[in-house]
Amino acid sequence: MSIESRCPVPLLKHETIQMAHGAGGRLSRELTRKVFLPHLGNRCLEALDDQAKFFLEAGMVAFTTDTFVVSPLFFPGGNIGDLAVNGTVNDLAVGGAIPRYLSAGFVLEEGFSLAELERVVKSIANAARIAGVQVVTGDTKVVQKGQCDGMFINTSGIGVVKKGINVSCSNLKPGDRIVVSGTLADHGMAIMTAREGLSFQSGIMSDTASLNGMISKILDEVPEVHAMRDPTRGGLAATLNELAGASRTGIVLDEAALPVRPDVQGACELLGIDPLNVANEGKVVIAAPAENAEAVLRVMREEPGVSGKDAAIVGEVVDDHPGMVIIRTVLGSRRILEMPLGEQLPRIC
Amino acid sequence: MKYIDEYRNPDLARGILKKIEDGVTRPWAIMEICGGQTHSIIRNGIDQLLPDQIRLVHGPGCPVCVTPLETLDRALAIASRPEVILASFGDMLRVPGSRRDLLQARSEGADIRVVFSSLEALRIARENPQKEVVFLAVGFETTAPGNAMAVKQAEREGLRNFSELVSQFMVPPAMRAILSSEEHTIQGFLAAGHVCTVAGYEEYEPIAEKFHVPIVPAGFEPVDILSGVLRVVGMLESGKPGVVNEYSRVVSREGNPGAKKTVDEVFEVADRQWRGIGVIPKSGLQLREKFSGFDAAKKFDVVNIQPEESPFCRGGEVLQGIIRPDACPVFGSECTPMKPLGAPMVSSEGACAAYYRYQGRA
Repeated sequence: MSIESRCPVPLLKHETIQMAHGAGGRLSRELTRKVFLPHLGNRCLEALDDQAKFFLEAGMVAFTTDTFVVSPLFFPGGNIGDLAVNGTVNDLAVGGAIPRYLSAGFVLEEGFSLAELERVVKSIANAARIAGVQVVTGDTKVVQKGQCDGMFINTSGIGVVKKGINVSCSNLKPGDRIVVSGTLADHGMAIMTAREGLSFQSGIMSDTASLNGMISKILDEVPEVHAMRDPTRGGLAATLNELAGASRTGIVLDEAALPVRPDVQGACELLGIDPLNVANEGKVVIAAPAENAEAVLRVMREEPGVSGKDAAIVGEVVDDHPGMVIIRTVLGSRRILEMPLGEQLPRIC
Repeated sequence: MKYIDEYRNPDLARGILKKIEDGVTRPWAIMEICGGQTHSIIRNGIDQLLPDQIRLVHGPGCPVCVTPLETLDRALAIASRPEVILASFGDMLRVPGSRRDLLQARSEGADIRVVFSSLEALRIARENPQKEVVFLAVGFETTAPGNAMAVKQAEREGLRNFSELVSQFMVPPAMRAILSSEEHTIQGFLAAGHVCTVAGYEEYEPIAEKFHVPIVPAGFEPVDILSGVLRVVGMLESGKPGVVNEYSRVVSREGNPGAKKTVDEVFEVADRQWRGIGVIPKSGLQLREKFSGFDAAKKFDVVNIQPEESPFCRGGEVLQGIIRPDACPVFGSECTPMKPLGAPMVSSEGACAAYYRYQGRA
């Protein structure tokens, strides 16, 4: 006998989110039972307790959190749901951890479409399944119309660090090679071109994907890896500047080796944006000793699902100019790759 | 990418560099007018590759850099009004006004939107009939046709809630002003390719003749720029200056007649203040009387705003090629892209920002 069948109020009578959906009463329960549980359901979540309880194998635990406020919520190649899972999974994976459990906290705007919420939840479920993680606890709050942009999601994640792995952004050593797992700037340019106000069409897709499978294989085959990062906000430029700064080493990039899709490059040219400053959501940057770099590249290229076919060795770590990233241009000159300033402001002519 | 990759071809570029090296016998100072070219030169390290005798001087062709402070202060005053949506190209948001920039104004509640063309601003006006939509119409000959078109379209549709705060500049008068200055050291010009796409290059012929300087319309890729430099150097070395088009894939002598006609219908030539340089006679455009209803400066009565320029910034001298960015005493110290004192440090096309970003800091 189910509670639903006895309830005199038709379930999901509303097509949009009401304030009551976040008030902890009947509508909150319905939202959980009708939208979240059917897609995300697992033993922990179905217990409907105020917390998730689970065992983790002994060892070092990695813990991370990230909040997603992307606009538009749906974009070519994904939506805020995929992003919220993949982002947190990747933050764990680049620390050498095997991601296990996630939490998901939703802030919903009054009036938001329930159908769209369900679409997002389905994406979360799908992304979690691909990444091999479970969403074990969650929360929903509703704010008045105009107080948030449709939906915000926070995810936190717990993983177990693989034994014998010590990757850190301060671990770069002169001679290391810098390897990127595929084309750069896909996510940021997909968002930019999809965002309201940009009136040209493009076929650019976000690269949002979980990287834990690929990273795990790389660490199994090449445990010597020194550093890993996912170049999200600020793009490769921000990530490499952080690595160079933290390790007190220099980095020299080879402009000709940087993989950028032609349509992404074209959109960047049009908008006056440097693809190296643009966010990625399914790429990893790895610093590995020179003798291991080819092995890293091979694993990336063999990985199905994640577009590793464009993976490339793009530069090396040097003793010179500590903290600074230099690009060797196609023409043979050199320039500094600066830490991006902040908001991407397109050039005007 | 077709039409781009071939102009970035390193072998081709090296071949042209070799010809420049072989042909140059004396020091020459060449100004690239356009900020887009400055950006490409610094980004690709072309200045490092050229022989030492050739000095590239970065010109005033960046609208963000030369838009006067008072225009920014007017934009800030207008944007602060509750009934206004200000639409602007992204670069303008970080340009410091006398006291703050548009980003700051936005964080304080002003409705400021980044657009990529004036027609997008028009769309915002259409969708928000209860609001006043003001487009910050800055730029050179390149943006003038679009900005003129938006006004014509607004009139046709009867969109009375649309207006433009106009700060339109023209290149040839600025070249004349630079060449007439006693301090100038410029011996040849790369003319701005996209400006010539609209305006053509007829107007440069009398300048080349009067001031005895070679002027070469050139594009923005390394091969374009190097070809332009090669052509300028060739004319300088042979003592036979003139105007030669090195951007023939998009530029013709007469330019784009349709675009010029639209501009002429909506705008008229006027004296214009250039930030850091001063007033250059007949160097700008303003809305014709017939379209004065679309003039935001009149509509919102912000004509009498007195700007306060930083006393330390020497951006004006940078824009005229009198000093190099790193010769400014505040370059890289008090003035950085994070905290610009003058406009050339803001735009990615600004000479100071380009220097700071790509050539290392002081």
